[in-house]
This record gives sequence, C-alpha cells and structure tokens, in this order.
Amino acid sequence: MNNSGLGIWSTLTRRYSIILVLAFLIILCAVLNDNFLSARNLTNVSRQISVTTILAFGETILIICGMLDLSSGSVLALAGVLSVSAYKGTESMAIAIAVAIAVAVICNIINGILITLLKAPPFIATLSMLAMARGAALFYTHGQNIYQIGGYKILGQGSVIGIPIPILFLAATMVVTWYILKHTCFGRSLYAIGGNEEAANASGINVDWNKMLAFIINGVFVGIAGVLFMSRVNAGLPNGAVGFEFQALTSSIIGGTSFSGGIGTAGGTLAGAFIVGFLNNIMNLANINSYIQQIIRGAIIALAVVYDIWSKNRRTRSVIGAIKESSK
Amino acid sequence: MNNNIRLKIEGVEKSFPGVKALDNINFSVKPGTVHVLCGENGAGKSTLMKIINGIYKADKGKIYIDGEEVNVKNPQHARDLGVSMIFQELNYIPEMTIEENLFVGNLPKTKFRTVDWNLIRKKTLKLLADEGLNYNPTTRLCELSVSDIQMLEILKAVSYESKIIIMDEPTSAITYKETERLFEKIAQLKARGTSIIYISHKMDEIFKIADEITILRDGTVIETHDKDDIDINTVIKLMVGRELSDEFPKEEVKIGNTMLEVNGLTRQGVFHDVNFKVKRGEIIGFAGLMGAGRTEVMRCLFGLDEISSGSIKINQQPVNIRNVRDAIKNGLAMLSEDRRRFGIIPIRSVRENATLANLPEFFYSGRLHRNKENSVTARMCKNMNVKTPTYETTIQALSGGNQQKVVLAKWMICDPDILILDEPTRGIDVGAKYEIYKLMVSLVKEGKTLIMISSELPELIGMCDRMYVMAKGEITGELQRDEFTQEAIMKYATGFEKQEANSCE
Repeated sequence: MNNSGLGIWSTLTRRYSIILVLAFLIILCAVLNDNFLSARNLTNVSRQISVTTILAFGETILIICGMLDLSSGSVLALAGVLSVSAYKGTESMAIAIAVAIAVAVICNIINGILITLLKAPPFIATLSMLAMARGAALFYTHGQNIYQIGGYKILGQGSVIGIPIPILFLAATMVVTWYILKHTCFGRSLYAIGGNEEAANASGINVDWNKMLAFIINGVFVGIAGVLFMSRVNAGLPNGAVGFEFQALTSSIIGGTSFSGGIGTAGGTLAGAFIVGFLNNIMNLANINSYIQQIIRGAIIALAVVYDIWSKNRRTRSVIGAIKESSK
Repeated sequence: MNNNIRLKIEGVEKSFPGVKALDNINFSVKPGTVHVLCGENGAGKSTLMKIINGIYKADKGKIYIDGEEVNVKNPQHARDLGVSMIFQELNYIPEMTIEENLFVGNLPKTKFRTVDWNLIRKKTLKLLADEGLNYNPTTRLCELSVSDIQMLEILKAVSYESKIIIMDEPTSAITYKETERLFEKIAQLKARGTSIIYISHKMDEIFKIADEITILRDGTVIETHDKDDIDINTVIKLMVGRELSDEFPKEEVKIGNTMLEVNGLTRQGVFHDVNFKVKRGEIIGFAGLMGAGRTEVMRCLFGLDEISSGSIKINQQPVNIRNVRDAIKNGLAMLSEDRRRFGIIPIRSVRENATLANLPEFFYSGRLHRNKENSVTARMCKNMNVKTPTYETTIQALSGGNQQKVVLAKWMICDPDILILDEPTRGIDVGAKYEIYKLMVSLVKEGKTLIMISSELPELIGMCDRMYVMAKGEITGELQRDEFTQEAIMKYATGFEKQEANSCE
C-alpha cells in the first residue's frame, strides 16, 4: 500500500498552491493591462507593499506561535513620529532609526509581558496596545503632523543601485524571518508552541521566553516599518498607518499561515503580500471604485481562511483515514 | 420479536482512498447480550461502529435490525432506529447542566415556541429516578467526573429507548470502582433486553462482561465465540495474528545504587508528605485509583507544577527542579498520560516531534544541522519500530501506538537516567503494548531507572520490581514483587489500610 504519496502530495499542494495562485494572478493582470508587467509598475507595487509586508513578517512569526499583534499599525505611528522628531532634533539618521526601533520594541515588550506574565489573551493585550500607542502618538504631537523633515525622506524615497531602499529592507526582513523560522532553535520552538503549547512546555521548551522573543523581533520590524513609512510620506503622521495591521494579517493568512498556529513560512507570507499588492494594483489600474475594493479585500480574507480550514480538513481526512486504517 | 437476532451485519465492506478498511464483515448480536468486539487499533472496529451509527456509509453489504433491512443515513437516524453510541472521547459542553445535556438537540417546545423547561425538569427527574441515579438536574457537567458523564450518556441512550447501545472503550478513563458501577448498569440494561456492543482492549474486563466475543483483524472478522469457549491467550493470539511469547516480557536485572530519592514532597491540597526511593535498574510502579495524586507527584518531580515543600535527590545530590528544563538537565524524562495534550504537536512532522525535547543538540551556534537531525530521527524511530510513511508525515496521521512510540523516541534522544512513564500503554493495541514492555526491559538493562504509573493492575504486577500504592494524595503502601496481588494493592489503593511510614525502609 502506497500511502507515502498521499502525505507528500498534500504537503506539495499546500506548499505550492500559493505560488500557483500568484502566478495565475500575474498572468491575469498582464492580460488585463499592458502596463502591469512594466518594470516601473512592478517596482511601484513592491515599494507600496514594503511597509505592510515587513509588518506581515512580524505577524507571521507571532501567528505561528499562536499569538498575533493588532497594535502594529499604531505602534508604527508612535515609533515613526518619535523617530521623526528625534531626527529633527539631532539630524542623525542613526539616532532616528534607533529611536524608532527602541520605541517599537518597548511597546512589544509590554505586549509580551501582558501575555506571558499576566496571561492576557494576545487579542486583548494587543488591542489595548493599539489604543494606547495611537493615543501616545497623538498626545506627543498634539494631533499635528510633523512637516519639513529634510533628509529623513531618503530612506523611503531613495534607492541604491537602482533598487528603492524600502525594497532592500523588505528583502532583508524576509531573509531574517526565513532564517529564524527555518534554521534556528527559536524558530522550531515557535512552531511547537503554536502547534501545542502544553506539549512544548512539557518537552522543556521555554514558552514564555520564546513568546517574548517573538514580540521583540516583531518590535524591530515594526520600528523599521515606522521609519520607512514616515520617510515615504515625507512627514510624521500620528494618524498614519491606520489599519496596516489588517493588511499585514491578510498577507500572512493568504500566504498560508494558519491562524490556529504552528504553520506558516516567510516565503508564503511574501507571496501573500504580493497577491494583495497585485490585486490592489490591478483594481486601481482598472479604476474600480475604492469602496468596492475594500469589499473585495475583505472577501479575500474570508476566502483564504476558508481555504486553510478546508485544506486542513481534507488533509486530515485523507491522510488519517488512509494511514490509520492501513499502517497495521 | 420471534427471531433471535437484534442486529445483523451482512457482507459489509468499506474502503478509504487506497485502503480497504472493512472486508466482508458478518456478525450478529442477540437481544439482551453483551457482544464484545476485540481487535488491535486499526483492525476496523471503529469504522464498523461508525457504519452502524450512520457516520460512515458502507460501500457494500446490508444491516438488519430486528430482521428488517435498514439504511442508516446519519446518527440522528440511527437513534430513531434504536441505536445509540457512547464514544470513547465524550463530547459535552462543560458549562451545560445535566438536564440541558440530556435534551440538547431535542429540546421540547411550548406552544409559544419557547423551550419548555418545566417539561424538561419533569422528564429529567423521572429518568434519573427510574435509573436510580442520584443527580441534581441543575448540576453543571464540569462539576462531574468522567464516569458521571458516562452515566449520563447511558441515560441519554435509555431516554431514546435504544435497543442497541455501542460503547467504545468506556473504561479507558474511569477507575475500578466506577467500572464496577458501569458493569452494574450494563447488567441492568441487559436484563431489560438491550443489546450492548462493547469495544475494549482490556482483557480482564472483556471476560468479565462478555456474552459473545468477536475478533477483528485487518478489517475482517476472524472469529466469533461464546465467552466460555475461549480464553485470554487465544483472544490475544487471534487479535495479533501471531503468538506473543508472554504477555509481559519481564526479565531479572541487576539492581544498582539509589538514583532518585524523594523526601516529604508536598503540594498543598494535592498530595502530602510523599517519600520514595528508586534504584538503578528498577521498574517502580505507582498504583492507585484515579485522582490518588500519582500523576500530580510526577508532574512536580518533572517541573511541570511547583511543590510546596520537600526535597528531591538525584544520585545522592540534592536538586532544585523549577521547570521542565531543570528536570531534563538532571536526567529526568516523562511520558505523559495525556498524549494529545502533553505529548505531541499534532500538526508537525514526526521528525520535529522526535527532536523537540533536545533541540539545542541539532542547532550548532544557532544553525540547524539537518543531516544530523534526520539520521538521529531515523535511528530512534527504527529502534522504536515506528510505522510511518515518511518522517515528514504529520504525527497526527499516525495510529495511537505509533504516536506513543515517537514520543518515547523523543525522550530516548535525551538519554535520560530516570524515565517516568505515566499510563504508557493507554489506548494502544496489544502489539504496541508488548513492544513498549520490551523497550522498558531493555532500558533497565542499560542501567536506567523506570517509574511507571498505570491503572491496569495486571500490567503493574507483570512489569514492576516494587510498587508504591497511593490513595488520597498519600503513599499508603509499598509492596515487593512477591507481595503483588490485586487484593493487596486494592486494599491500600482504597485507603482501607495504610502501612506505617517508616516500614518503607
């Protein structure tokens, strides 16, 4: 009895279905619009998705170990405006970046403490951080945008050997995420914790510490995203980046990260982010009403989750059914 | 009814993608009898029962109830036909009250289309009185024990006026006493003419209550016998399809120095002043009723729970175990009683599950050494005789016995000195049980120390060198191998008798 084929086949379809969807979308877009495949348009899309995709890598790490971050948009804004004002004070980009990362990491450590030490559910803990960080950003700036930020805009708008800097950051965070998930003890522990927290603990994995570390890395990503966002819009916007966490979550989920934890990859998230980006792009190119666009984006999340559940059920049914009944 | 057959299965076949799960099944159940189904995991028992209960549809074959051919569409329909099933893993809503649970899915309505709570209360009280069960209809299920909830499931089946009640391993999670109570209830049901189909792995229990025994293997009926025409060894032989030389492959092993010494271990409100010693090469049993505190003691020893007071010495050295990592560092490993909850990461691969407790060994300065991980996994899984298509298969796709072997492999990779086995053979079939016993023997031969908790006395008696018995959070007795009898153990386990503390020396 050859069951091994079944297991491999379902892993393959699961792993590559996202690439197939992306390829299909690219072909569809190319047919629908001549400009779609132009280098300029593709670079544009990449630049547009870079900020939310960096957030999505953080979300992926968190979702894999059974958590999530609803506060990343707000924390991004707080870290961004503080960073902008640090730059205006010091004229030092290094200090500005350090401030952004430090602020975002501190907010995420608070999230981590609420969740690990105080046992708050991640949803509630980060929801409260969403409100607190936004409030802090508005309080600090008195609700006013910060303009005339000078050289700060380089990071968001400049490029190195023809590649826009945000895309370089996107690539760097992607590589870091991939390496963590695939090649480190920490990454493996995240999958185990998300897959079954109690069993991970009973196997000697330091659950709280790993969760905290996941938030710290998320914080670093959010800080970087904050700098990129503010420099791209060329201002410090305390009201900016609203709802970015949802775009990030969408990318991650479409990319195959399972909301029940324990499953997800960096590559999948990147593919998911591009699917979202191309969809937005083609809808814009096709002049679709922006309200309708929102409806479509929402429907796609539902579709991705339904697919996740459906494919999991199918896998469980076919593989368990076959192997259980035969392996004796 | 003039014919003497309640349920008849004729030529039933069922295939899953790539496998034939059931092949030409024929058997029949008489009214007012207990018909036991035996077979290893995967022999097709559950599939067959799910067909009778309407969860699966047979590809071929016929089912007759009281001589009439039926086509069971779904569990609801099965219930209308008089078939109820009590599942091994009871599904219930903990926050629900007894009366809600009894009528959920079937709530009577008043003429205003609201739930008729008065009628429910009346019916519930009558049912409880009829069956002689002393429960309050408004008690919530979370306040009840597994056995109580099982009784309620039976009550439900009775309330549907079921002619056939299927019980899938009903005693896997209840104590001896509760088992007795269940058997009394079964006897009552039998006397009323209800037929019971009873699935179990526990041989002693099977022979206590069976009228007829049907043995399944590899999806076919091997034989059906009257209980009196067959003995335990024959049943096991037929189930496994080969001779197991001996049910327990116990061997004499040289006993060494004291490995583990526990003094005055207490966890407030859970267990009190627990003292014991375990030597190198020993298999030490912990017997007791469910809730006696055995698992709780081991959880503290393994750093999963905190102790209130007491000391632990390993290899004569006092140790301080605050968490599982400390325990592993001190050479401890623990196989949990609840595999799905504490043992496996269901959605991850066999490989990742096998190396989970020893991750740093496979990550050199933060980078995964994949070859080493693959080869260690393969070697350990071969040692344990794990049957899996590939090591990348998700562990949830394996049978219970194979999952258990992977969990054992996980702990073997840690190379522990002291291995705690909490119900190591629960819910796994005879063949896999035997392999685990053999592994236990080979481990003590290597000079390791084993602690085994089990609710199956024959297994403890068969495998252990020495035994501690616990009751109500205390050790009530210590028995040497030549003193092992079910009676002696039960005497201490029920707390009727207690040895003086210093006689343990």
